[in-house]
Amino acid sequence: MSKSIGTSGLILNEPLLWEKGRKGRCGFSLPRRDVETCPLDKQLEGDGPDFPDLSEIDVVRHYTRLSQWNFGVDTGMYPLGSCTMKYSPKTNEKQASLPGLAGAHPLLPTTLSQGVLKMMFELEQYLAEITGMDATTLQPAAGAHGELTGMLLVHAFHKNKGAQRSKIIIPDTAHGTNPASAALCGYRPVPVTSNEQGILSAEAIAEIMDEDTAGIMITNPNTLGLFEENSCEIAEVIHSKGGLVYCDGANMNAVMGIVDMGKIGVDVIHLNLHKTFSTPHGGGGPGSGPVCVKKHLERFLPVPRVVKQNHIYLLVEDYPESVGKISAFHGNVGVMIKAYSYIRSMGPMNLKKASQLAVLNANYIKERLKGTLHLAYDRPCMHECVFSDEHQKAQKVTTLDMAKRLMDYGFHPPTVYFPLVVHGAIMVEPTETESKEDIDEFVEAFKAIVTEAEQDPGLLHEAPKRPKVRRLDEVTAARKPCLAG
Amino acid sequence: MLYLPHTTDDIASMLEVVGVEDLDGLFSTLPAECRKKDDLNLPEPLSEWELNDHMEALSNTMAVSPEYKMFMGAGSYEHFIPASVSYLLSRSEFVTSYTPYQPEVSQGTLQGIYEYQTLAARLLGMDISTASHYDGATALAESLLMAVRITKRSKVAISSLIHPLYRRVVKTYFEPTGFEVIELKYLDSGLTDTSALNEMDDLAAVAVQSPNFFGCVEDLQAIGQKAHDKKALSVACFTEALAYGLLKSPGSQDADIVSGEGQSLGIPRSFGGPALGMVASRKQYMRSLPGRLVGQTKDLDGKRAFVLTLATREQHIRREKATSNICTNNSLCALAAAMYMASLGRTGIRELARLNYDKAEYLKKELKKAGFKISFDSPTFNEFVVELPTDSAATYKRLLEKKIVAGLSLAPYYPELTNHYLLCVTETRSRQDMDRLVSEVKS
Repeated sequence: MSKSIGTSGLILNEPLLWEKGRKGRCGFSLPRRDVETCPLDKQLEGDGPDFPDLSEIDVVRHYTRLSQWNFGVDTGMYPLGSCTMKYSPKTNEKQASLPGLAGAHPLLPTTLSQGVLKMMFELEQYLAEITGMDATTLQPAAGAHGELTGMLLVHAFHKNKGAQRSKIIIPDTAHGTNPASAALCGYRPVPVTSNEQGILSAEAIAEIMDEDTAGIMITNPNTLGLFEENSCEIAEVIHSKGGLVYCDGANMNAVMGIVDMGKIGVDVIHLNLHKTFSTPHGGGGPGSGPVCVKKHLERFLPVPRVVKQNHIYLLVEDYPESVGKISAFHGNVGVMIKAYSYIRSMGPMNLKKASQLAVLNANYIKERLKGTLHLAYDRPCMHECVFSDEHQKAQKVTTLDMAKRLMDYGFHPPTVYFPLVVHGAIMVEPTETESKEDIDEFVEAFKAIVTEAEQDPGLLHEAPKRPKVRRLDEVTAARKPCLAG
Repeated sequence: MLYLPHTTDDIASMLEVVGVEDLDGLFSTLPAECRKKDDLNLPEPLSEWELNDHMEALSNTMAVSPEYKMFMGAGSYEHFIPASVSYLLSRSEFVTSYTPYQPEVSQGTLQGIYEYQTLAARLLGMDISTASHYDGATALAESLLMAVRITKRSKVAISSLIHPLYRRVVKTYFEPTGFEVIELKYLDSGLTDTSALNEMDDLAAVAVQSPNFFGCVEDLQAIGQKAHDKKALSVACFTEALAYGLLKSPGSQDADIVSGEGQSLGIPRSFGGPALGMVASRKQYMRSLPGRLVGQTKDLDGKRAFVLTLATREQHIRREKATSNICTNNSLCALAAAMYMASLGRTGIRELARLNYDKAEYLKKELKKAGFKISFDSPTFNEFVVELPTDSAATYKRLLEKKIVAGLSLAPYYPELTNHYLLCVTETRSRQDMDRLVSEVKS
C-alpha cells in the first residue's frame, strides 16, 4: 500500500459513560447556594435519573478519545456526493459564539435584538439574490424541513386558489426526503424516469402533468451531478396546468452566480446552509434549510417575518395567509450566523469562483477515473460525478468493498448506492476546497484499489483494516435492536 | 481567497485534462436562458479582521447577561455551560464529520449519540430515545403524528397550556393532513382541564406539557390514565429538560411518548436555535419512532461497536412511507447534551435542579411579601406567573430601562391574562438580582 496516506496509529479504547466514574464525582462546578431549601411536595419529587458520576477529567478524556475515532473534513478529503463536505472556516465558529449572539433569548423585545435581526434580514436578501428569487424564510431547521415548508407553501397556494390537488411529480433520481416531505403534506408522489442522458425530458413530464398535480419537485443539478437542461420547458409544462415548480437546492454549490433559478421557472427553492454555505455538518446536524420564493408565494411564508422599517428591524406576525410556524422560534440562528459570515467573507466573485472550481474538481476526477471505474454517464458533469462497480463484477468486488478499502487509504468514502437509478452507484463530490494535490492522491488511491480488486480481491473483502473497528453486523443490530445501555 | 486553494497553474493543468478552454467552458451544457447575466449583487468581501469588527458590532446591540438580568424562560433557558463542554464540542472530528453512514470511521459520533440516547431515556424514564430532532415544537408535532400512525385514529387532544408556539407548529404540521387537533382548556389552578376528554372518542393521543407554560407541574399519571381509558396514547412534553433532575419523570407516570426541548442541557440560546428536539417512547413503539436511531452491535472481530439502525423506518429507505422526512437532525446538540449530563452526573443534576426550584420559590415568596399576586397556586419548578398591577406595560418598560427583563408578558398568548407575566429563575440569577427585581417592581 505504498500510495496510502492512511496509516496505522495508536488510538485508545474508551468505555461507555456509565461504565466509568465513581459515585460522588462531579464534573460541574455547582453554583453558590444563596437561598434556603424550600419544601417540595413528595408526590412530585422523583428519584432523579440514573446518571454516572464523572469528574471533569473523566469527561474530557472520554470525549477526546471518542473524537479520535472520527473522520471529519478537517481530517481529510470527504467526497460525500450531494452533501457538499466543503471546508468550514473557523472564523465562522468564532462569530457564532459571540456572547451577544450566542446568549440571546428569542423572545427579546425587538428593540433589544437589532443586531441579530439585521443579520437575518441581510441573509434573507443574500439568499434571494443568489437563487434569483424574491423573498426568503430562514425558519426551517434543515433541508428536509425546508422541503416540508416548500410543500406547505405549494399546498397553501392551491388551497388559496380553491382547488386542492392530490399529486406531485417526483423524478426517479430524487433524494428520499423529497417523497417523504411530499407525503407529510398529503401529496401522492407520481414518479417520472430520467432519459438515457440522465436528465428529465419535458415530454415525459407533459405526459403525466394534469390539473390534479400540484407541481414537480426537481433537483437541479440532479443527483447524477447533471444539469437539468430541459428545466425551462419543464417549468412551462407545469405552469401551463397551474402547477408549481419546487427546486431541491441541495446541489446549489455547482451554480452560484452561474444559474438564475428564478429565470428558469422555479417558484420555490430550499437551500442547505450546512452544504453550500460552509456551516459545519456536526456529525448529523444542526443544519439550516432556508426557503426562497417568488413574489406570488411570499404571503404564505412562515411567520414572524423580519421587516425593515426606517432603519429599524421588526418581527411581523400579520400575514393572514401564512402557513404558520414550522419551528418554535426563528430557525437555527447559530447556523445562520456562520453562513452569513461565509457570504460576507467570500463576496460575490468568490462565491461564483467556488462553484466554478467545484465543477472543475468534479470533472477532473471524472476524466482521471473514467478509465478505471465505470462512469454512469459519460458527459460533462456539474459538481459531482457518478461511477459504478460494473467493471469489478468479474472479481466479485462491490461498491461497498471499494468504499471500505478507501478508508484504509485515508479517505472518507463517497456516497454509495445512491442515486438508485445507477446500480452500485459511487457519487463523488470533492467540493472546491480540495486542492489539486489532494484530489490527485484520491485518484491514485482509487486506482490502487481497483488494481487490488484485480490482483487480490481479498484485501477489499476484508476492508477496512485500519479504523478502530472492522465491518459491522448491521443485520443483528436491526433484528435485535439495542438502543440504550 | 483562503478557502480556495487552486493556483492559476493548478486550474490550467486541470482544464487541460478536462479538455475545456476556461472555467466558463465547464458550463457549456447549460442553456443560455438559464444563465445569470450579471454578477451577484452582494457586498464586497470582508477580511477576517473586518468581519470580526462587523459581527462584534452586531453582537453589542443585543441585550444579554451579564449586562441585562434575564428573568425570561418560556422555552429558552439561561443555564451555565461548563468550559469543558464548549471546549470538547469544538473538537473538529465531531464538528466537521457528517451523518455516520460509514460506521467504521464514525465510532466517535456513534458511541456519543448512543450515550446521549441512553442518558435521555434515563432522564425521561423511558425505554428508548431517538438521536435528536430540530426542537421541542417539531418533536411534539412528530410525536403526535407517531401516535396517529400507531393508533390509526385521526384526532389528538392537546392542552392549551402547552407552549403557544409549539401549538402553532403542531397546527401547521397538521393542516394538510386532515387530522383534527382539539385544545383542552385550563383551570384556575393553572393546570389542564381534562374534563372535556370524557365526551371525546376516537383519540389517537392526549398531550400535556409538564411543567406547563405557566410553570405548573401537571399530574401526568392522572392524565395518562384518562388517555388510556380512551385507548389513546399519553404524550408528555416539556420545554425545561432540567425539571426532570428533580421531578418525577414522565416515564414513571406511564407516558407512552415523551417529547420536548433539551436546550437547557448545555446548549446556548442563540436566539432560539439550534435547539434540541427530544423524543422518547416505550419499547413497543420502537418501529414507529421518527428520526435516527443508533444501536449497539459487534464488528467482524467481535468488538463492540455502534451503528445507525432500523433504517427501514427512514426516508432514504422507505421514502414516502417513512415515519418522518428527517435527514440531518441536531446531532452536535445531542452530543452537547450528553457531555452536559455526563459532567453533572447523578448528584449534580439533582442539586442543580433543586437550586433552580429553590431560587424560583424565593422570588415567589419575596414577590408575595411585596404585595404581588402569584397567579396560580399549583406547584411550579423554575417558572411561575405573577400579576403586575394595571399599567404593567409601563412597569415592564421601566424595568427594561434598568436592564431587567421581567419575564414574558402573557397578553399576546392568553388575552384573558393581560398584566400577567411569566417569570423564570435559574441558577444564573443571584439573590441580589432577585431582591433588585422585587424592589424595582415595588417602586
